[in-house]
Amino acid sequence: MSASSAFNDEKGGSSSVGEPEYGHDPASGGIFSSDYKRHDDLKEMLDSNKDALKLEAMKRIVAMIARGKNASDLFPAVVKNVACKNIEVKKLVYVYLVRYAEEQQDLALLSISTFQRGLKDPNQLIRASALRVLSSIRVTIIVPIMMLAIKEAASDMSPYVRKTAAHAIPKLYSLDPEQKDQLIEVIEKLLADKTTLVAGSVVMAFEEVCPERIDLIHKNYRKLCNLLIDVEEWGQVVIINMLTRYARTQFLNPNINESLLEEGGGGDKTFYCSDEDEDEDEEKEKQAEVSALAKRKPYVMDPDHRLLLRNTKPLLQSRNAAVVMAVAQLYFHLAPKAEVGVIAKALVRLLRSHSEVQFVVLQNVATMTIKRRGMFEPYLKSFYIRSTDPTQIKILKLEVLTNLANETNISTILREFQTYIKSMDKDFVAATIQAIGRCATNIGEVRDTCLNGLVQLLSNRDELVVAESVVVIKKLLQMQPEKHSDIIKHMAKLTDNIQVPMARASILWLIGEYCEHVPKIAPDVLRKMAKSFTNEEDIVKLQIINLAAKLYLTNSKQTKLLTQYVLNLAKYDQNYDIRDRARFIRQLIVPTEKSGALSKYAKKLFLALKPAPVLESPFKDRDHFQLGSLSHLLNAKAGGYQELPDWPESAPDPSVRNVEVPEWTKCSSREKRKEKKVEKPFYSDSEGESGPTESADSEPDTGSGSESVSVSVESGSPSDSEESEESSESDEDEEEEEKEKKKKKKEIKQMQASESEQSSEDDRKRDRKIKEQKSNSESESDEDSESESSQSESSDTESEVEVKKKKKVSEPKPPSKPLKKEKKEMSLLDLDDFEPTPSPQVTPVNTFLSNSLVTDLEGLSLSDSVLSPATIAPSSALKNYELLHRITGEGLSVEYCFSRQAFSPDANMVAVQMHFTNNATSDTKNLHIEDVKLQSGMRVKEFAEIELLPAGEATTAVMGVDFCDSTQAANFQLCTHTRKFFVSIQPPVGELMRPVFLTENEFKKEQSQLMGMNEISENLTLDAKCRNEHAIVQRVTTAANLSRVPCGSDKECSPAAPPPPPPHPHPVYRFAGKTVTSGSLVLATVATKDEGAAQLTVNCEKMVIGTMLVKDLLLALTQ
Amino acid sequence: MLYIKTVGAIFFRFTYGLTLYDGIYFCLRVHRSAGGSSVALLPFWRQCWQSAAEMIHSLFLINPTGDVFLEKHWKSVISRSVCDYFFEAREKAVTPENVAPVLQTPHHYLISIYRGKLFFLSVVQTEVSPLFVIEFLHRVADTFQDYFGECSETIINDNMVVVYELLEEMLDNGFPLATESSVLKELIKPPNILRSVVNTLTGGSNVGSSLPTSHLSTIPWRRNGVKYTHNEAYFDVIEEIDAIVDKSGMTVFAEIQGVVEACVRLSGMPDLTLSFVNPRLLDDVSFHPCVRFKRWESERVLSFIPPDGNFTLMTYHVSSQNLVSIPVYVKQNISFFDSGSSGRMDITVGPKQTMGKTVEGLSVTIHMPKSVLTVDLTATQGNYTYDLTAKVLVWDIGKLNPQKLPTLQGSLSIQAGVPKPVENPSLNIDLKIEQLAISGIKVSRLDLFGEKYKTFKGVKYVTKAGNFQVRT
Repeated sequence: MSASSAFNDEKGGSSSVGEPEYGHDPASGGIFSSDYKRHDDLKEMLDSNKDALKLEAMKRIVAMIARGKNASDLFPAVVKNVACKNIEVKKLVYVYLVRYAEEQQDLALLSISTFQRGLKDPNQLIRASALRVLSSIRVTIIVPIMMLAIKEAASDMSPYVRKTAAHAIPKLYSLDPEQKDQLIEVIEKLLADKTTLVAGSVVMAFEEVCPERIDLIHKNYRKLCNLLIDVEEWGQVVIINMLTRYARTQFLNPNINESLLEEGGGGDKTFYCSDEDEDEDEEKEKQAEVSALAKRKPYVMDPDHRLLLRNTKPLLQSRNAAVVMAVAQLYFHLAPKAEVGVIAKALVRLLRSHSEVQFVVLQNVATMTIKRRGMFEPYLKSFYIRSTDPTQIKILKLEVLTNLANETNISTILREFQTYIKSMDKDFVAATIQAIGRCATNIGEVRDTCLNGLVQLLSNRDELVVAESVVVIKKLLQMQPEKHSDIIKHMAKLTDNIQVPMARASILWLIGEYCEHVPKIAPDVLRKMAKSFTNEEDIVKLQIINLAAKLYLTNSKQTKLLTQYVLNLAKYDQNYDIRDRARFIRQLIVPTEKSGALSKYAKKLFLALKPAPVLESPFKDRDHFQLGSLSHLLNAKAGGYQELPDWPESAPDPSVRNVEVPEWTKCSSREKRKEKKVEKPFYSDSEGESGPTESADSEPDTGSGSESVSVSVESGSPSDSEESEESSESDEDEEEEEKEKKKKKKEIKQMQASESEQSSEDDRKRDRKIKEQKSNSESESDEDSESESSQSESSDTESEVEVKKKKKVSEPKPPSKPLKKEKKEMSLLDLDDFEPTPSPQVTPVNTFLSNSLVTDLEGLSLSDSVLSPATIAPSSALKNYELLHRITGEGLSVEYCFSRQAFSPDANMVAVQMHFTNNATSDTKNLHIEDVKLQSGMRVKEFAEIELLPAGEATTAVMGVDFCDSTQAANFQLCTHTRKFFVSIQPPVGELMRPVFLTENEFKKEQSQLMGMNEISENLTLDAKCRNEHAIVQRVTTAANLSRVPCGSDKECSPAAPPPPPPHPHPVYRFAGKTVTSGSLVLATVATKDEGAAQLTVNCEKMVIGTMLVKDLLLALTQ
Repeated sequence: MLYIKTVGAIFFRFTYGLTLYDGIYFCLRVHRSAGGSSVALLPFWRQCWQSAAEMIHSLFLINPTGDVFLEKHWKSVISRSVCDYFFEAREKAVTPENVAPVLQTPHHYLISIYRGKLFFLSVVQTEVSPLFVIEFLHRVADTFQDYFGECSETIINDNMVVVYELLEEMLDNGFPLATESSVLKELIKPPNILRSVVNTLTGGSNVGSSLPTSHLSTIPWRRNGVKYTHNEAYFDVIEEIDAIVDKSGMTVFAEIQGVVEACVRLSGMPDLTLSFVNPRLLDDVSFHPCVRFKRWESERVLSFIPPDGNFTLMTYHVSSQNLVSIPVYVKQNISFFDSGSSGRMDITVGPKQTMGKTVEGLSVTIHMPKSVLTVDLTATQGNYTYDLTAKVLVWDIGKLNPQKLPTLQGSLSIQAGVPKPVENPSLNIDLKIEQLAISGIKVSRLDLFGEKYKTFKGVKYVTKAGNFQVRT
């Protein structure tokens, strides 16, 4: 029958020994039952209607499975319980089902309907679990059902279910590869998913189903890069490995300009003229050509390439060794030479981990040290060997140390090696001797020292050590035999003592090869060997014949008889190789009539100059396998290994990674405000416009990393051919690209702020730019030389109206802001650069002020800070808090409220309005604040001293507090002319933000960028009084200083955008704001459902704020 | 061919079956189309290759005597005979640690780890990152440790069902699914005596009845709804000195490996910020996923929403040899005589740079050469033991008294007729210094955001010897 049945038989046989552990169980009653009835008790228990019995039975069955015993005959009894109410029984049944379904396909089908029901369950976790089990049942007949389920789950609104769908894809694929095309469609869909939960799993599915469809990655590349840090660690590994391959196909080699000349261990390489070297030379020539080419067209790193490098770098700090290794290999394969060094530290750190981790890491380090020795040189000592290391680790460390050896550190390394030679671990000692040999060949200066050291080892008591030394010395001597005849003599003497065949053979070969250097000893050695010939090992015998032949050719007088004797012995040897060899050599060296022609050349044949062997690392050239892979470790291609492609000669079109912007964004940008102007020299700016709102927009952009990258790009290739290519593209595309750029920037902003090495370079470039801009602002007309400025100029003219408006705005600004309308965006860059501490998050807000009223208002406003929130915020329902009670305050009572007005002296402060009432009978004088105690970073702007508050009167004052986006209290003393009161102001989290006006589409767009860690959702039941629009809006806006996002239609534009919309008739309320200090966006969504149920979602980069806000809003909505 | 036809008939109601023909497995695919049925034969290896596309195929747990005592398959069953290749390698290796972690067999790759005297052997069939598997296997072992307090054969056998359930949840189709202990603990409750008593009485279960919400959370490492009456957060800064000291007492190599272990029992969703007085000291760091890289990069503070309970917050590395102070020195003299098959040993340990703290828990471990039969020593302080089979001498000193330095001296007897050992054994030092982080790192403050309750905070410093070896 099938393989499975065969397998069962085998299993059954092995388990027939019985299971005493169950026999003893009183409940089983199976002590006396015979083998074939053995499971009857279990069946009975499963059939009972008590969950406890069922559970007990299932536990025992699972334990049997775990021990590898056959429990397949219980299948019918078990599968009946698939719909059991008890969750634990159910789980165990699933375990059983997944294990045996393949063998009992008919019966397994009985369970399918249960899972199909589960797939429709309102609870996402049940849906996911049903899909998981369903897809794990390897029964071909349900392939269509699985396909359907996966397709449905892939568009489920729960990211967790979508993740499960991604997991199910490879399962289905392995079950039925013919589904590939359909599965690719699903993968494509899931790749577009924006949640971190799904990303890792779908890339894994991609790798297993269609790793060749690299084109599917284009549109998701940037998103994957940006999500990477928030993806769970296992997913990170898979994504990084995939992106490595992707980058190899899409970007140019960053090291293209560097010649490979400096690699290798010194000038010795040319000493040995092997074929390989010639190849290498050719390669170098090729490289030279390429680099010459490259010089004509300087290498510029694609911003996307940079994005990948930048976003993976922090993961070197991961606790997961696999993630660190993945990043390390990415850097090794993709980064410019100068930047690869960063990975060394992290890899060295892994050497502290478990020995298995060390083993793998050292293998990879060994490969890296061959190509990039300098990288690990500072960590030389971390590879020192301890006597407690396992042998395999020792040998790998030795390999690394050998690779790292150079003229400067060789003495330290050799001293270290001396310690190792004394080790008790003989394999390790042998490896050390070989390592010394390699150091000696690679570094000419120490060759004699090494040789002497090795010769000393010849007198070692351990035979293995001596033997290994002989072998290594043999190799070394081949380089300069004439200088070392005494060593050869010494070794000749050793033949009496050394018994290791390889060593004996080596000595004999050496003597034969250099018999001219030791003319006296050689025949004597042959004599001794002839005596012991019959007792030698085969390899030694062959070398004896070899020696005899060579001596016969050079010194036939003395050795003729000996040679005859040896050849005669060999003629009757048991080994046919030896007999053949003897026959062959006799014919060759002893001239007879038949063999006349060849024997003339015998001397040339035997005593030809032989090239010295090159002692090479076994890790040489292993880097053609992707590092960190199984194939690399085994140095052989493992099944399913994806070759790391070579760099392309010319870069494929980078625009494929641009993501199309949904229609709505375009509309709003077209109509309401002009497209945001971005420094973007890659694409011609003929269509780019600038307007009043952009002015503020570009501020954050200059601060972001991608901006600086693109700046560098532009300055690097002023006449890039791509530029012209791009400019010929349609306007619409360009706009899209611009949009995309902008989006990317925002994403980047959320990523690591530090840009490491690159940043310094960028800074320099930016500085230069600033200077340019300064000069631009000083003189009106000399900027045409700079291509970018001319571009911007032309673009500016398009939107003159706005520009004029802009001018109005800019006039009252600080002098650093130039007044010329032509260089609007330049001046903005300028401004940004002058800002002492540009807070990167402050600005996106302006992007969303699409309301024309708002725009106008801003135009009128003299401050360049954001539009006063008072115009948007609901002014009603300000909650008063007590600061000082009238009794403790001796008649003075103080209340405060958060006025939600902009605090004009400092935009980063929350305005606190204080209301003083003097209930006392006497006047209060000199009301002021003293001794402010704050958490670090917080600031307070005190109100002006109130000189007199007459009895019975009341007054108000406004102070500003910068709470640094935390709910820490501001403590201070409130002083009157007589008393001091300790008071504190603690803000509810809702007051730490100010409203921002967003359109619905903008809101969604922003929200989609604040997923993952930044999103918090809660389900709630709305308070009975709070089920209409007005109540909800009011409660939310009271609880938090947010503004309502006007709802256009409730239709979702992008189906995948989470949180998923509720069914149509239930409205969704959206609120937006940004935190006062850092300007991080705060987005709140209340999605109502049936019967007062609702889902509250808060997206905020500041997770704490988000979490607290959720709490507060929950409270507000449910009470 | 006849055979195939028959089988085809038998399997007609399924779309395919698997059949053995002439020793080769064939996949029989029956397409029922309008024009009748066609039979396609696919060699089994092709099927194999296709079904091989996953990460970890199977896991076997192997005890010290070389028996498989647990097996788990995430896909089709792989016969445990695959382990024979491993046993072969195990035979060849001198010690279990010496078994290569990655082995190649004709059809599979075996990736194994050695933890707590057990081998965790996983079978993979295709290209995979070996570290990925190794790291995962260690995570499995860690989880067992976390659940049962130890990771041994007995304990796994006692909790077979829980172990099996854990393995089921941790991998899906060979790809890691839930490895965070917070998620796992919601799915499967760790066993404890009280609960098992209650369970037997009430018939309750140790599978979580509620569904795991952390699965869905954006911070999967923390459960929702954590509540404590006493809110506390403790941090242990533990530093280990890795050093190699040569014969003459010179430091060949020294560095400090530090780890910040946290025990956080805080209600709700606290957001903590831990800052150091001198973060610049830290040369290289790695973090628990909860730590925000960004804040560390920009401000050198650890900002995180902690997991509940015990966890490793960060590990760090302090290098630059000159800064590392070595707390003790060792004067030793071990010599073996050519005649009389004996040797002498004389070891003294003294304080070097202890920063005014007491060195405790001092012990010296020596792996003697195989030829050393017995030792006859006297210790001025502490006790020594000599394991005759493993040839390991352990001298347990305890607290180091600077006034009266502990010494261990006496003679070693060597097997007669065996040449004297070439190498002197190296000494492994173990020690502990409380209330001192030898690198000088200091926690400056811990701030709590997001929650309003009072918190007890504590920081403890300990210095230990890590891989501290004195060569002789």
